Amino acid sequence: MLSRVANSLFWMSRYLERAENVSRIVDVNLQSLLDYKTLDDKRIKEQWEPLVNTLGDDELFRSLYKKSDSHSVTEFLTYNEENPNSILSCIISARHNARAARDQIALEMWEEVNRLYLFIRSKETKKLWQESPYDFYREIKQSSYKLQGLTSATTIHGINLEFMMMGRFLERADMTSRILDVKHRTLQDAVCGPEEDNNTMIECAAVLRSSSAYEAYQHTYVSGVAPKKVAEFLLLSDSFPRSLRFCVRTFDHFLRKMTGSDPGYFRNEAEKLSGRLLAELNYTTMNEVFAMGLHEYLDHVQLKLSDVGVAIFETYIFYQQTDLAKEIEYQKQQQSQSQSQSQSQSQSQHQTQRQKQQQ
Amino acid sequence: MLFSKYQAEEFFDEMFTAEGQVRPHYKSLQNRFDQLGVNEFDQKRQAVDLSFMRMGVTFTVYGDSEGTERIFPFDLVPRIIPNKEWEYLQRGLEQRITALNMFLHDIYHEQRILKEGIIPASYVLTAKHFRPEFMNCKVMRDIYIHICGTDLIRDDKGQYLVLEDNGRCPSGVSYVLENRQAMRRAFPNLFERAGVRPVDNYASDLLNTLRYVAPNGKDNPTIAVLTPGIYNSAYFEHTFLAKEMGVHIVEGGDLVVRDSKVFMRTTKGLEQVDVIYRRIDDDFLDPCVFRPDSALGIPGLVNAYRAGNVSLANAIGTGVADDKVMYYFVPRMIKFYLGQDPIIPNVPTYLATEKEDLKYMLENTAKLVVKAANEAGGYGMLIGPKATAAEVKDFQARIKAEPRNYIAQPTISLSRHPTYSDLSQMEGRHIDFRPYILYGDKIRIMPGGLTRVALKKGSLVVNSSQGGGSKDTWVLYGDE
Repeated sequence: MLSRVANSLFWMSRYLERAENVSRIVDVNLQSLLDYKTLDDKRIKEQWEPLVNTLGDDELFRSLYKKSDSHSVTEFLTYNEENPNSILSCIISARHNARAARDQIALEMWEEVNRLYLFIRSKETKKLWQESPYDFYREIKQSSYKLQGLTSATTIHGINLEFMMMGRFLERADMTSRILDVKHRTLQDAVCGPEEDNNTMIECAAVLRSSSAYEAYQHTYVSGVAPKKVAEFLLLSDSFPRSLRFCVRTFDHFLRKMTGSDPGYFRNEAEKLSGRLLAELNYTTMNEVFAMGLHEYLDHVQLKLSDVGVAIFETYIFYQQTDLAKEIEYQKQQQSQSQSQSQSQSQSQHQTQRQKQQQ
Repeated sequence: MLFSKYQAEEFFDEMFTAEGQVRPHYKSLQNRFDQLGVNEFDQKRQAVDLSFMRMGVTFTVYGDSEGTERIFPFDLVPRIIPNKEWEYLQRGLEQRITALNMFLHDIYHEQRILKEGIIPASYVLTAKHFRPEFMNCKVMRDIYIHICGTDLIRDDKGQYLVLEDNGRCPSGVSYVLENRQAMRRAFPNLFERAGVRPVDNYASDLLNTLRYVAPNGKDNPTIAVLTPGIYNSAYFEHTFLAKEMGVHIVEGGDLVVRDSKVFMRTTKGLEQVDVIYRRIDDDFLDPCVFRPDSALGIPGLVNAYRAGNVSLANAIGTGVADDKVMYYFVPRMIKFYLGQDPIIPNVPTYLATEKEDLKYMLENTAKLVVKAANEAGGYGMLIGPKATAAEVKDFQARIKAEPRNYIAQPTISLSRHPTYSDLSQMEGRHIDFRPYILYGDKIRIMPGGLTRVALKKGSLVVNSSQGGGSKDTWVLYGDE
């Protein structure tokens, strides 16, 4: 497969996963506001500001909006085109990449990406978002689910699927770590701090819902929502498909498929880093995480994820950007070396022809 | 009763005779359409437009900062060509592409046609797209134009005429295939009864054509479609064809030349490419040879091409045959190379470089259509009868300044076709026709083509950039 196209498949999947996650996070946050007993400006600000910090660019936000409230933050994360991580920007980028890889994805898949783009671009949709955000975010999430179904139903198993899955799961791992990071203080305090805040339960539930993990969590633990277990579930569960460990394992699986390396061995930088991160997640306990500090640990994992992404790019996609001027020079040398006599003969023939005509 | 108020007026109408009788090959269509009410027709129309939008069958409007995408307007009333007419067109088109390929081979080799004075040599040597640096360059199987999209029109008597030969990168074929799909969805029961020939073989015919010119007759060549990129207005078509053929679609940056061979950059390293269906003009192909500022091209591509390690379709230098001055000489080429008279005539043409013609052109500018020799897309053109006095004057000055660059033709009253108008009724609109001809191991002509229609009332300009739309074109197995 062309490197450029592989890159497009990878990023198409990443952007779709990102759009889905941002939708879920914003939606959950909007809804959990309704659960607080008292709701003042300060509480609202506290509720929204961490989202901007972890999902977007703080400085950009402050340059665009006067204050952090429900409207400004949801607008920033949903429709703002200057924010490269807004849902709109993600969908535009996903479609851009889908189009560049148009010959490698199924028609049905392209149509759905295109439909999603036309949906978010339409005026009626903007109205829907203002009047009924729940329905709006639901539509974005549903489209992402549909595309995942289409991926497994229409993609040839091989390099296409591998790049799409790697994009999906790398992004998902990253987003799950960010979802935890949004509430790292609440979780850290609840586990290590002296007292429990009344709102801890609400926030823990929000964290779970932001990862579609609420029901799966209840099913697994049965014992009600406990902060430490929530963090454990999203970080280290070996069976929940959005936990960090699960995502890295799946990612690692598809990465190895490309070379056929066995687990425990590596053939390139990407496999080395991915395997190392997976081992770390496999052999870590929550006590260690909280001892280090949840935020610090998440930061550390995010860096590792980013390193893996760079390594994939360098292993499979990146090619030395040719310096056009140098390339032209090189090719011209080649040409002068290979220029045969017949070339120059024909040239002179042509010139005599031209001279004749002019006479 | 969609056609009950329809007026053919003084034009040649494809569907109705001057007496208002429906032509036999349109009979079953009329019966079907007459069963539809205006509402039902409107619904079908909207459904078709929406499906084009959803599938992304769109082109980008240049110079629009928001990157607005539009669909190419589609009219639901198909244009129908009976078998007898089609056989005539086929013969004419085969004759023409054969002569054009012989002409190109000749002017890039012996130049017999110039030496024997059939075409004054200066016209060829001064042609903008003549590439003297490719003299005696061997192209596989001596084929220059592999894909041709000849524009045909019909005059007020219904006579088919060749308007121009598009021998560089003719576009629009994906619309032919998509239009047919759209019609099938909108009128599922219509086709069987009407006896319409399918157009679906185009992609596999194209693939065969490209395989045939693989360097050194290589058995299983790697083929790629070269596109300027996703912002090009025809990108949809490029991906469409690549997908249908199952070959790679590449941009200039995906290719690199080493040891006079062309390679694609893949996730597994470099992979050699043998045949490139390029949708980039000569000028942008290789910055070493042509425009040095071209970021679309591949440095060294021409080296590989000269070395015979890669085939390009169409070959480099075919643009000379698209020159509107060269068009004037096509009937002579046919006579010279094939010893035949042209089957489909040209539109009478005046050359500004000929003294008599120039005089006539300047005296009658307001009656004529004046065209720049190397423009396309309806640009650089004056339609005398529709132009203001200032525009006429402007063109007269241009003709005098650069006579080599201008030709003139009488204003042809293009045939008209019933077309569903903004007023929700059938009205006559001018049309033209672009069939697609493939030249490989044999000549293959898709039984159909792109019928373009000038949607504006009275307009003669069918180009999509200037308010044109398209129709499905049915070539029938029989004559009615």
